[in-house]
Amino acid sequence: MKRKKYLVLFGLLSLGAVTFLAGCSTILLFNPKGPIGEAEKFLILAAIGLMAIVVIPVFIMAFWFPVKYRASNTASTYTPKWSYSAKIDLVMWAVPIAIVTVLAILAWTRTHSLDPYKPIPSAHKPINIQAVSLDWKWLFIYPDQNIATVNQLMFPVNAPLSFKLTSDTVMTSFFIPQLGSQMYAMGGMQTQLNLLADKPGTYAGHNNQISGIGYANMHFKAQAVSLEDFQAWVQKVRQSPEKLDLQRYKQLTQPNDGYYPVTYFSAVEPDLFLYVLRKYDPNWGKHPSHISRSSTAPHAGTVVTEGN
Amino acid sequence: MFGKLTLEAIPYHNMITFSAVVGAVFLGLIIAALITYYGKWTYLYKEWLTSLDHKKIGVMYIVLSLVMLLRGFSDAILMRSQQAVAAGGSLGFLNASHFNQIFSAHGSIMIIFMAMPFLVGLMNIVVPQQIGARDVAFPFMNSISLWLTYAGAMLIMVSLGIGDFSQAGWSGYTPLTEMQYSPTTGVDYWIWGFQVAGIGSTMTGINFLVTILKGRAPGMKLMRMPLFVWTALCTNVLMVWAFPVLTAALAMITLDRYLGMHFFTNGFGGNMMMYANLFWTWGHPEVYIVILPAFGIYSEVVATFSKKRLFGYGSMVYATAVITILSFSVWVHHFFTMGASPNVNLFFGIATMMIAIPTGVKIFNWLFTMYRGRIQFHQSMYWTIAFIVTFAVGGASGVLMSVPPADYVLHNSLFLVAHFHNVLIPGALFGFFAGYYYWFPKALGFRLREDWGKRAFWCWLIGFYLAFAPLYVLGFMGMPRRMAHYATMAWHPYLLVAAAGTAVIALGILFQGIQLALSIKDRKALSDPTGDPWDGRTLEWLTSSPPAEYNFPKIPHVDEIDAFMEMKEEGVAYQRPDHYNDIEMPKNTPLGVIIGSLAFVCGFALVWYIWWLALVAALGILATVIARSWDDDIFKIIPAAEVQRIEDERYRQLATVEPRGFADKPLMPEPAPEV
Repeated sequence: MKRKKYLVLFGLLSLGAVTFLAGCSTILLFNPKGPIGEAEKFLILAAIGLMAIVVIPVFIMAFWFPVKYRASNTASTYTPKWSYSAKIDLVMWAVPIAIVTVLAILAWTRTHSLDPYKPIPSAHKPINIQAVSLDWKWLFIYPDQNIATVNQLMFPVNAPLSFKLTSDTVMTSFFIPQLGSQMYAMGGMQTQLNLLADKPGTYAGHNNQISGIGYANMHFKAQAVSLEDFQAWVQKVRQSPEKLDLQRYKQLTQPNDGYYPVTYFSAVEPDLFLYVLRKYDPNWGKHPSHISRSSTAPHAGTVVTEGN
Repeated sequence: MFGKLTLEAIPYHNMITFSAVVGAVFLGLIIAALITYYGKWTYLYKEWLTSLDHKKIGVMYIVLSLVMLLRGFSDAILMRSQQAVAAGGSLGFLNASHFNQIFSAHGSIMIIFMAMPFLVGLMNIVVPQQIGARDVAFPFMNSISLWLTYAGAMLIMVSLGIGDFSQAGWSGYTPLTEMQYSPTTGVDYWIWGFQVAGIGSTMTGINFLVTILKGRAPGMKLMRMPLFVWTALCTNVLMVWAFPVLTAALAMITLDRYLGMHFFTNGFGGNMMMYANLFWTWGHPEVYIVILPAFGIYSEVVATFSKKRLFGYGSMVYATAVITILSFSVWVHHFFTMGASPNVNLFFGIATMMIAIPTGVKIFNWLFTMYRGRIQFHQSMYWTIAFIVTFAVGGASGVLMSVPPADYVLHNSLFLVAHFHNVLIPGALFGFFAGYYYWFPKALGFRLREDWGKRAFWCWLIGFYLAFAPLYVLGFMGMPRRMAHYATMAWHPYLLVAAAGTAVIALGILFQGIQLALSIKDRKALSDPTGDPWDGRTLEWLTSSPPAEYNFPKIPHVDEIDAFMEMKEEGVAYQRPDHYNDIEMPKNTPLGVIIGSLAFVCGFALVWYIWWLALVAALGILATVIARSWDDDIFKIIPAAEVQRIEDERYRQLATVEPRGFADKPLMPEPAPEV
């Protein structure tokens, strides 16, 4: 019985090891392309290491005790009435407490430093992007460039990306695994996310929260390119015959079958993002506190609906 | 007349669903035909459906749970097969709407209609016996709880053949479950199935809380209760605290959907975040509701088969209590990515990590119970050791996700799916299986075969690792959960392995079926004439297997933690009293099953907007309850002579088998060595 168990464990460990060594490029979370993802990868590995301090002794004892104290091994010590030891009790409470304390300190510092609402300091000019989740596609508005795209995200490498998120459908979650944190997008509310890509490349992005029958089609490509290429791309989008006015936007909100093709809009209705927010909360942004909070670091959609 | 219900609601255009429906109806007809052929309808009605005996109610709960396990597992097979083929350009064999219904049904069924009835069933069979009681505090309410659970399960099952099921996941996040985004009756089935069963669970919680606090045998102080009773107590506290929150949250969605209100809508002041908070205020304690009793089962099993006292009883009790309290302060970890401030996330993240402390203590207590024991490898022990190893990994992955920034990348990925299956399958289901094998002879009078049981165990364990280890890797690869199809081919090999794992688990379930069938066939050879087949330590082993209706002819007196073991060692376990007294027991009543049936009709009518029928059924329930409250003739007396006859028979049988501690000579207690 024991041998079988060892075999299973050995098989799994080697399967895991092979996976990690051979397929690293597809293990996206261990192959991050920006500082946020990098820090989160470190945190995951550190937490795994800390927990191994408890988990490995548990493995050893769970194999060793049943073998040593099996009924047929009458040579082993047998103490049927022994049920307490202050020393063991102390150790079994103290060790998990110590590990959780260390982990809690680590979590404390990293949760503050990796707050998704916190702008990423950089010498480069930030790119502002307003992302709207629709049934079943992503609309990305570049307010500074006055352009918009569907299902394609383009940005310069090393530039901090400042996302404002909302939804014109159910709750969704915006996620580019190789860049780090995800964030929910919710109707009538604005959430924020700050990311940065420090290596050029094309990264998969998707909705991470079930949103109906087209959910599996809600993915997009996020491309980090040089500043020149980005500017060239902006020019290309500006050549597009399509403009995103309110009528075209309403068309866009209709559910689609299959994958919605990448679409470029050379101009965007002014304050379209605000229009989407006010569709569900007519007072959104009208109260001065909304503006001041959104320029610093407001948290959760609750903040923006409070002023009603 | 029939509300929204038309013939169109029958899914004859969907081959997979329709064949499942035809199969289920056919199976039901065969069972009904067999009962008719053997003339067992009266027996079924008199001895089971109308019974208020906690042991029979427990068995009926577990029957429901095992049937629903098969249904929930069929959903798992479909999901794994779909994801094994729907790679690249392929859309697989299930359309997205069907796939979404399947994962929603899988989660709903496994939590509410598999895990809950399993644990409530085991609690029903065992708790009154372990505390030396003759029944639960409110036997009639117990019957209502049972039949409400059946009614809820039937609503979910009927959704397969009439209409559809929710496509919004078992957690039913708003606004996806609002009328605007889910206009079909699927969400309504989900609401009423949960609502009806949830009310049953609240009543179960109240019932067992009172039973444990008020019904204990003399001398059984709180700190002398068996660990399973302690975990049952904590679970019932959680049920009483948490289930009303679910009831309220579901009532608010109901108002949104049926009356156009705006509790959780996008616009008009609705707030979906409030739903997420309410759902998980129930949902997280619910995880501990199903896991804590399994912890109790492991504590009983490991002590019995290590032939040794449970190590660190006090630590175990306090650890359980700490988990109970902390379980209410962690719910936000289900949505760290909603944009709350770092301090809010940290509060809930650190509270979550803290749960690992008492849980770790429990793991070490089980290990040190085995230390210096004489371990017998009964099949229950297999599940226990597998649990300790597997749960350590699942717990660690949970602690990992409690660190908010780690959760920012792991949330809603297959890592999450792997994590919660890795805690719930070993943490709850393996425990229920251990309890099923451990207490089966107590409930039905014969043991289950070890050979097929151990084969089933190995299939389950290997299948589990094959099915869920790849999901951890897929989570690191960034694969979201609940994908009906996907374009990333790098995920495909892992999903094939996971599908193979599901097939191995299916083999395990088949072996468990074979084990049950063969054990029923060999029930004479496997019978337990002693009532104490494992040399047990707690009071349920003092009764016969299966116990007499009244459990104990004379209520025992308790002076120790392992009360029965102590009695055996002092040679007083089987001492007969000089005389027996009349025993008062509750009379059987059909009103429980009537209330359950009416609740089902009411739920079905509400799903389809058949208002008159809903009203009739609701008034019917009210009338039944009023009728019952006028009935004073609810007890029957078992005369002392009848008790004497039953006990004489039992002692004749005991004399032939002489279980440990039976002879009147006291056993020498074994020397307590110094440590």
